[in-house]
Amino acid sequence: MEASINGVSLNYYIILSTVLFCIGVLGVMIRRNAIIMFMCIELMLNAVNLLMVAFSRYFGDTNGQVFVVFIMAVAAAEVAVGLAILMMIYRNAKTSDTEVLNQLKG
Amino acid sequence: MKELILIAGLGVLALLAGLINGRKFFMPIVLIGLSTNIGFSLADWGSNEMVYGMLKLDNFALAFNIVFSAIAFLWFISAYEYFTDDNNFSDHFALVLFTLTGAFLLVSFTNMITLFLGIEILSIPLFVLVGSNKTKLKSNEAAFKYFLLGSFASAFLLFGMALIYGSTGSFDLAIISGTIAKSTSIPPMYFAGMLLMLMSIAFKVSAAPFHFWAPDAYEGAPTNITAYMATVVKTVAFAAFFRLFYSAFGSVHSEYALVLSIMCAITLIVANITAAVQANVKRMMAYSSISHAGFMLIAIFTLNAANLLLYYTLVYSISSIIVFTVIKIVKAYNSGNDSINAFKGLLKQNPILAGCLIVALLSMAGIPPLAGFMAKYFMFTTLVSNGYLWLVVIAILTSLVGVYYYFKVIIAVFQKPETENDITLSFAHKFILIICALALLVISIVPDMILGVL
Repeated sequence: MEASINGVSLNYYIILSTVLFCIGVLGVMIRRNAIIMFMCIELMLNAVNLLMVAFSRYFGDTNGQVFVVFIMAVAAAEVAVGLAILMMIYRNAKTSDTEVLNQLKG
Repeated sequence: MKELILIAGLGVLALLAGLINGRKFFMPIVLIGLSTNIGFSLADWGSNEMVYGMLKLDNFALAFNIVFSAIAFLWFISAYEYFTDDNNFSDHFALVLFTLTGAFLLVSFTNMITLFLGIEILSIPLFVLVGSNKTKLKSNEAAFKYFLLGSFASAFLLFGMALIYGSTGSFDLAIISGTIAKSTSIPPMYFAGMLLMLMSIAFKVSAAPFHFWAPDAYEGAPTNITAYMATVVKTVAFAAFFRLFYSAFGSVHSEYALVLSIMCAITLIVANITAAVQANVKRMMAYSSISHAGFMLIAIFTLNAANLLLYYTLVYSISSIIVFTVIKIVKAYNSGNDSINAFKGLLKQNPILAGCLIVALLSMAGIPPLAGFMAKYFMFTTLVSNGYLWLVVIAILTSLVGVYYYFKVIIAVFQKPETENDITLSFAHKFILIICALALLVISIVPDMILGVL
């Protein structure tokens, strides 16, 4: 019998979160606006959360769900630091465009 | 457990010290705290204490805890002006101590959850520290790049963890390893997860082809923080790398050894060749740091090399503390100029500074009687005994390129100075430079003392 959660095959969960994760990866690589890049990283993390919860439900093991709570907390801390760094750049460069960040090369 | 409470408690205390303006007395408290931490680790030696099934204080964890605490101790003294010069001393203390809390988790984890938390507790304060030169756009840029790529890599790490959880049903390293060793067919999801985790951790230790953030972050960060990243953070990241691959993926060693040996070769070649064309010394040292990461990678994919990793990280960290302290002093003296020309005539300007720099650079280049030579030699012997002759050839050739760019700085030190003024050293800097240079000589004479502990 195929692995499933409440009648929905586990493979669909894996495919959905892989697709979401890939959208996030592409977003970080293609977009040049810092805020959108942060959002894409959040999307990647949430794809992981979805996958962890799906596996956790499938195995009947709560560890996966505990991990998701940790990921959420860490993601919030990360975004707080990221936005603070962006503020700092804005104060010095008067823009939030990442194109100004080209002083370090070589 | 008491080590963790001690370091985290010190971090909280640092925040409180900001309220009562404890600028003068907090440094000694931190140094005493770190020494106590080393003492606790020595007292716990051999106890194999388990902390709620999440951390295990085995000898590997304690040895690396001692090493990174000792390096942090030296670093705190060498970077004392970072904590006294401006108004944010309590923030700087607290952030550095929080990274050390993460470092402790990273050397002792037995579970993916503590690995992830350790990496994040280490990285998030570090993003802030890299950008702590708030008014300089370069520092902002370094922090931004480090932050963006760091959280990008963390997401890959998490996806890898989720896939491994899916294929084994557990986050515990021992159970993961046991399940895979027993199973007849290993699911492809497991290898995908391992590869994603490998990529992410290679990013954290700045191994090629995931090294591109390191030169920017190293160059833009305040030099004290660059020194911290090259010493404590690198040591701990490699300890975590080793611990993860040894205890969770040990049963598929032959699968990842090939990937890692190729990664090691690429790292050595790319880092050394790029370093040779750099004019900025800080950036050159960043590439040099990547090339040393290549050497440390050898300990990950060869067998029974934990003690070599311990020795190599210790030697590399001590010489890095010297080099970055000298760069910081020379840069301040030459009003922010850190090109190789700024080092011209250092021998005339201050013989102690020049002497210690030469010892450290010769050690990094791997010139015989110094500790760096011993460290590289042990790595070569373990490569030969594991049958990686092709990699030994690459490592030796790239080391020769390394000798070239380290000597560019050493030659500049011997040239005629552009200005005749002497550089005066503060007592703390003089003390730390001489102690580190002596330590490099001592541990090259008695390597067995360190190799024997693991």
